[in-house]
Amino acid sequence: MCLAVPGKILELQERDGGRLARVQFGGITRQIRTDFVPEAEVGDFVLVHVGFAISRVNEVEARRTYQLLEEMGLLEEELSGPPEAPAKKV
Amino acid sequence: MSENRKKPVAFSCPVLLPAGEQVLLGHGSGGKLTADLIRNVFLPAFRNAALEKLDDQAILEINGVRLAFTTDSFVVKPLFFPGGDIGSLAVHGTVNDLAMGGAKPLYLSAAFILEEGFPMEDLARVVESLERAAREAAVEVVTGDTKVVEKGSGDGLFINTTGIGVVPEGVRLSADQARPGDAVLLSGTLGEHGIAILAQREGLEFDSTIESDSVALHTLVAAMLAASRQIRCMRDPTRGGLSSALNEIAARSGVGIELREEAIPIREEVKGACELLGLDPLYVANEGKLVAIVAAEAAEALLAAMRAHALGSHAQIIGAVTQAHPRTVVMRTPLGTTRIVDMLSGDQLPRIC
Amino acid sequence: MKYIDEYRNAKIAGALVARLARSVTRPCVLMEICGGQTHTLMRYGIPDLLPAEVELVHGPGCPVCVTPVEIIDKALEIAARADVTFVSYGDMLRVPGSREDLYRVKARGGDVRVVYSPTDALKIARTERKRRVVFFGIGFETTAPANAMAAWQARREGLTNFSMLVSQVLVPPAIRLLLESPYNRVQGFIAPGHVCTVMGYRQYEEISREFRVPIVVGGFEPLDLLEAIAMLVAQLEEGRAEVENQYARSVTRAGNQPAQRFMEEVFEVCDHKWRGIGFIPQSGLRLRDEYAAFDAAKVFGLQDRSVEEPAECISAQVLRGLKRPTDCPAFGTRCTPEKPLGAPMVSSEGACAAYYQYRRPTREMQGVAK
Repeated sequence: MCLAVPGKILELQERDGGRLARVQFGGITRQIRTDFVPEAEVGDFVLVHVGFAISRVNEVEARRTYQLLEEMGLLEEELSGPPEAPAKKV
Repeated sequence: MSENRKKPVAFSCPVLLPAGEQVLLGHGSGGKLTADLIRNVFLPAFRNAALEKLDDQAILEINGVRLAFTTDSFVVKPLFFPGGDIGSLAVHGTVNDLAMGGAKPLYLSAAFILEEGFPMEDLARVVESLERAAREAAVEVVTGDTKVVEKGSGDGLFINTTGIGVVPEGVRLSADQARPGDAVLLSGTLGEHGIAILAQREGLEFDSTIESDSVALHTLVAAMLAASRQIRCMRDPTRGGLSSALNEIAARSGVGIELREEAIPIREEVKGACELLGLDPLYVANEGKLVAIVAAEAAEALLAAMRAHALGSHAQIIGAVTQAHPRTVVMRTPLGTTRIVDMLSGDQLPRIC
Repeated sequence: MKYIDEYRNAKIAGALVARLARSVTRPCVLMEICGGQTHTLMRYGIPDLLPAEVELVHGPGCPVCVTPVEIIDKALEIAARADVTFVSYGDMLRVPGSREDLYRVKARGGDVRVVYSPTDALKIARTERKRRVVFFGIGFETTAPANAMAAWQARREGLTNFSMLVSQVLVPPAIRLLLESPYNRVQGFIAPGHVCTVMGYRQYEEISREFRVPIVVGGFEPLDLLEAIAMLVAQLEEGRAEVENQYARSVTRAGNQPAQRFMEEVFEVCDHKWRGIGFIPQSGLRLRDEYAAFDAAKVFGLQDRSVEEPAECISAQVLRGLKRPTDCPAFGTRCTPEKPLGAPMVSSEGACAAYYQYRRPTREMQGVAK
């Protein structure tokens, strides 16, 4: 279940007692409710499910864990086989 | 005793109705339900060679001239959308069906079904748009019809256009012509028309700059035919999306098709909308794109010709025809695995799960 | 798109798979709970990448599939009324009740509308005051806060023409049920990342301790799932049984407190029947008494009925991970997305639908009929 999509907050507006965010997903934007993520600021990424932000993306944590994945990707590339033997000169 | 009662007439209905069902919206979505409706209701009633080819147009030979003949009805809601309206769509849709047969489109008819109370001003706007689209496509609307139905019996406005064009000598395009080894070419980015419409729908609104890609494709087709005659078939992936078009070709030709996910061009806005609503761009309607199955040796030349044309600047080779998994379209994912791209049964619905 | 594309990176996926293949020494059975995760697994063909020792089975993580037939039938009855505008998430439209589905009710003239957000349902209620607007509030904990907000706002605004038909389910009781079964084969769980975004993962720590089972909170992109699988295998290989959080960019241990407070304000825990599984105590949410005027089941005074499922549908076993969709004799033949026998074939998150839609070519060649 639970299709939640990450989007970037472009602007915030107060509206009848609630806060609305204009959130960008790829190239489109939509009004999103931020009632559950009151600490979210313009520029933050939030995960959005059925028109409500349910979390603020922890960008520091994301960068840290992704870096580990990237390093593992590079390491695996090195491990995955001996480099091609240079062509022998005849 | 003489029989003065009439003998009961033997009534036999040649149309096989799917038992116990009603027509659903899904029957018009261009997927499996539509295919079932055609197969179970319409084909058995109208048996003839031209129809049974089930191409986007019928190619008829009359006194040595090959005519392409097609009809299309337009029920789009809303009537006016970013990038077009029901009027321009009515021209582009039919012109493109002719063009997919390789024909030069010549003449259209236009029939209007109007709901009582429909604003004259909107009608004028639609007609103006239709005229402009026809003029730009160099086709003439030479005959038409108008009907008005009672308020509540229609949805504002429906348009049907029927078109004829001439197919040049030596051009034989049909969905049953694809062969293993052929290349699959796509003229540009997917999903713009469907997403532009969806963005206007109540309950699903979002803000986007996406405009419908609705446009007449016959000049692109002409440029392609000038570059090479080794084109097996072309389809414009309208309702049901690229998936329906390719599944139909795979089924008619009895071949498999393998696509490369990374090669399929999709704009960021369409991607964002699809991610948000849980939609797959492969099933979203396009009104200004074509997919062509071509001989492998002609692929590069045709790609170049498409890219040189304004309507094909983002053209890509997106896959190949294969003899593996016949009648099935398969997608190679970025991870190197494969999955089947099935035809949708009805409409694709947004999901939260 | 940021936080999506990079988690679909093929090179890193390959590296995760290679590392997994090197680390696994014995067969294991893992289960992902969430239908959205099943969807990703099938869409990217991830089971094809995993070493043979790792078997993935799919859990009851599709609120659409587990919505009881009785509630679908109530929805159909309400939607068929001339004075009702029935508003639903798209997922529910083709789920079969006893005899038909919302799509067919719409075909007969029912005013059935699809929305993306419950706020859109409220909008309809505000602009069409003469209509009785009923919103189909289904979901797991992920959707509960938003559905709660709809009821809360309706009550605050006095939107007397709005009501909600609720079918909310909770994940932890379902996991407990699976683990308590003598037939359970699952040795490790991928916990649903968006449910945990809302609820945190404290409840899963209790389960992990009680049953000595590894649990990894996982995300929804291919790299998330591969990483979560790798973490589970590592736990099994090392003899650990604890909760780890793979989806730390969204999930914290305590979860989303404001969201939980809203749920608490509007809903209370109740017993709930899961389609294909049966009653699980304290596994659902219902509207509190203060919200009775907005509870469609009460407002429309519908009787509770009990309904039998088609005998052929083995969704009960599929939802418990005991059988695969392809083990079902009706799969792909008598049961297809067009003519589903049970909910897991209709819901895009249902295991059966995911298997059917994203099946690999080899299944086709094995003669699964089209």
